[in-house]
Amino acid sequence: MTARTITQLAHELREGSTTPRRLLDNALAHAEAAEPSLHAYLALTRELAERQADEAGRMLERDPDGASPLCGVPMALKDVLCVDGVETTAGSRILSGWKPPYTGTAVQRLFDAGAVCVGKTNCDEFAMGSSTENSAFGPAGNPWDVERVPGGSSGGSAATVAAGTVPYALGSDTGGSIRQPASLSGVVGFKPTYGRVSRYGLIAFASSLDQIGPLTRSVEDAAIVYAAIAGGDPRDSTCDPRPLGDPLETLGRGVEGLRLGVPREYMGEGIDPDVRARVEEAMAVLEGLGASLREVSLPTTHAGLSTYYIIAPAECSSNLARYDGVRFGLREDDPSLTEMYLRTRDRGFGVEVKRRVMLGTYALSSGYYDAYYRKAQKVRTVIAEEFARVFEDVDALVSPTSPSVAFTMGDRDDPLSMYMCDVVTLPVNLAGLPGISVPCGFSPELPVGLQVIAPRFEDARVFQVAHAYEQATEWHTSQSPLAATAA
Amino acid sequence: MAHLAIAVGGDGRVSAQTAEPQTNSAVSAYEAVIGLEVHAQLLTRSKMFCACSAEYIGKPANSNTCPVCLGLPGVLPVINRQAVEYTVLTALALNCEIPEFTKFDRKNYFYPDLPKGYQISQYDMPLSRNGWLEFEVEGAPVRCGITRVHLEEDTGTLHHAGDVLQSARSSLVDLNRAGVPLMEIVGEPDLRSAEAAREYLVRLRQILMYIGVNDGNLEQGSFRCDANVSLRVRGSDALGTKVEIKNMNSFRAVHRALQYEIERQAAVLAGGGTLVQETRGWVEARGATVSQRSKEYAHDYRYFPEPDLPPLALDSAYTERVRRTMPELPAARAQRLQEKFGLSAYDAAVLTAAREDADAYEALASQVPAKLAANWLMGDVAALANERRVALHRSGLGVDGLAALLRLLDAGTINGPTAKALLEELYESGGDPAAVVQERGLGQLDDEAALLAIVDEVIAANAAAAADFRAGKEAALGRLVGQVMKATGGKAQPQLVNRLLRERLA
Ligand SMILES: [Zn+2]
Repeated sequence: MTARTITQLAHELREGSTTPRRLLDNALAHAEAAEPSLHAYLALTRELAERQADEAGRMLERDPDGASPLCGVPMALKDVLCVDGVETTAGSRILSGWKPPYTGTAVQRLFDAGAVCVGKTNCDEFAMGSSTENSAFGPAGNPWDVERVPGGSSGGSAATVAAGTVPYALGSDTGGSIRQPASLSGVVGFKPTYGRVSRYGLIAFASSLDQIGPLTRSVEDAAIVYAAIAGGDPRDSTCDPRPLGDPLETLGRGVEGLRLGVPREYMGEGIDPDVRARVEEAMAVLEGLGASLREVSLPTTHAGLSTYYIIAPAECSSNLARYDGVRFGLREDDPSLTEMYLRTRDRGFGVEVKRRVMLGTYALSSGYYDAYYRKAQKVRTVIAEEFARVFEDVDALVSPTSPSVAFTMGDRDDPLSMYMCDVVTLPVNLAGLPGISVPCGFSPELPVGLQVIAPRFEDARVFQVAHAYEQATEWHTSQSPLAATAA
Repeated sequence: MAHLAIAVGGDGRVSAQTAEPQTNSAVSAYEAVIGLEVHAQLLTRSKMFCACSAEYIGKPANSNTCPVCLGLPGVLPVINRQAVEYTVLTALALNCEIPEFTKFDRKNYFYPDLPKGYQISQYDMPLSRNGWLEFEVEGAPVRCGITRVHLEEDTGTLHHAGDVLQSARSSLVDLNRAGVPLMEIVGEPDLRSAEAAREYLVRLRQILMYIGVNDGNLEQGSFRCDANVSLRVRGSDALGTKVEIKNMNSFRAVHRALQYEIERQAAVLAGGGTLVQETRGWVEARGATVSQRSKEYAHDYRYFPEPDLPPLALDSAYTERVRRTMPELPAARAQRLQEKFGLSAYDAAVLTAAREDADAYEALASQVPAKLAANWLMGDVAALANERRVALHRSGLGVDGLAALLRLLDAGTINGPTAKALLEELYESGGDPAAVVQERGLGQLDDEAALLAIVDEVIAANAAAAADFRAGKEAALGRLVGQVMKATGGKAQPQLVNRLLRERLA
């Protein structure tokens, strides 16, 4: 047996060759077998999943054709997503044991569709990192080589999909946290247009950049999950209320006649030559399918990293102020209020989180605001405008997703080299664009990802290009060694 | 009219009686420069950013909360449209400009009553700015500039086992109030005395209550005030060291605290000392302001635009729509009533102190003579409202009942004493005065023939008094009138009795 897609499982459920309960039991058994080496999960949610599987079974029985393709299909949630009554830690000690009294919008939409939640996946603490090594509960492994990282911060979600445990998982992407782990783990990872998926129930890292999205085994699956979670939400004022249209409509249209841009700055220095070679091969495939390719320039790309590392920490320094030991999560008691704050946050937060809280606090401080935060916002506008200008001439952009393949745990011990992981993904967040990573080969035995970027609200075009490429190649059918044991 | 008494009178307008004597001669050398910041809770149904009720008083601790106002991980704010509208309405009442573009910002600081670790407020693009408020202080007109009116959220409340948070053995947090819409009205430092400051607050509070955005309760803190006070040598333009005063929760406290602070600063300056820029709290029991925190420990709030809320675009059509909902404001209404009903300036001010009172007056004055309505409202009705702690418009009798009563009086169906007795009887229970008069036969006795018989009986039975009167003792007539009234159960028309007695004794 091999790991299957949502589409395949939805078909099997309807033809009666399996049941939600059987799929769940297989997923849980597979997770339990893989966990000792993978650590993709912070918790398995067997009880919730069994309840959901039974309900999904009834839904399928009642109306097999009306039921969502997600009905009865097992899945996993990054541990930054709140589920009523289920421990949600964001990979942080400070939230250890915290059970939200509510379920977030995107997750609720999946649950309403009949999704079966197998567990909460491992991630970098508060989604801050690119390797999942910043999880307070230990790193996750990469199913292609468990000594290596699966990427991050949605590393657990990428790993469990790549391992064949579940066909999809939700992640969150602030600077590449869905696309980069998808690339490193050999799966599809989609970050929607900012404002397309409600953030209500997503534990915030950087509010103006965060977006929930799926990690899947196929582009079609990504579109299916996106269609289920996207759309306006009265609980999120940054969520666009305009109708979504049908995100699957463009699948199968091909790329004949599409103009694809290749940002010069995304192909140059810092990109591993082998990664570049795989991406160039992928571009040739797209050209062979009838797309026209041209080089374009996004000259302010060099400032993207520093812009991101001012804006994201600034927002995070404020978003994380609520973890003060007063109302929930960890508290280190002390007779002095200030000491209680200090000790709680000192013990509760990891090194990377503290680093970013300090960076952000500094960037917003009186006397430094103009030089850092205000200037970063201006550069952010310039970056968004550059994208907009380029999109006057091309329909979509293609590039590598990550400068390198999965690296060995512990290898990138200085923060700057870790930050470089996201150099070609984070401008997409700064501009609020939709982007996807789709498998495009190996280097030598580790997955490489191709990134496709489209203008804001053209999420369907991202699927169109990625799907055309995927269908013309065999990469998405490659299975990680761990997936060989999937049932 | 308790309402009326609290709104204008209370400790608001009786400045002459409560003003403290100026004991410090140093004061006269200096001029006070005072600016007030008012925080007013808005009378919206729900909180600023969630669906919880904005009515939080008297509920079990932390019961009036939800994930949003508890600041739980993953939640997001949604702007309360009614709160925006109320703030715009207030700004318009205070002659402010309403920019077409406004946004919310985060004010970051740690405190246990602030669940998110930041307050959603407005920093550099408030909902409104550049307004003014005009009023009189001891007969002289004052115009105080309004720097801005902006919108934010209230904090929770803390209950300390001890005096202050830092030394408390333990503290309990109640977040029922957290997220209640709060409007901040920042005044320019245009006030020059404690009296002017108090009058500004009285007028501001009156306007907020008039337009229905705030209930004006200083004790419960729905209307709160902080002051900035500095002194300068009279005639100078320079600004002195500014001291912020907090913890003033009545008009009287505001007046006393500011007076105290002016004298304290004057004494320091006169003694050759220098003032420290600091925050001081008014301690009612000690009648003094006490230092709370000096500038060195001032917060850096690290304001930045709230990324969870898109900026608000309020076009001029919106502002105009809000402006059309503006009721007549108290100053204009007093002026109009003065002209329309020939009221004195004082009566007009008293009768328009609260919107409900002015409504009551206008309703009455359209049915009975304006002077009669004014006398009753400011006299017996006000006294009764005060005594029973129920405003007329909330009483059982209501404005309509009072109108019916005064119509009976005005038509001569009942006499004054009967009207007063009925007012007291029906004020809380309510009822139709005409029906009661009919049922109990309280109608005035104005049948001359019937009265004449009684008058003759009284004269016969009180021969001494009759003789006294005939001998020129005017006072004796009163005794005879009293006897006739007694004999008629108080129903006789006093003027008629008077005339008949005089005719018979002539
Ligand atoms: Zn609430």
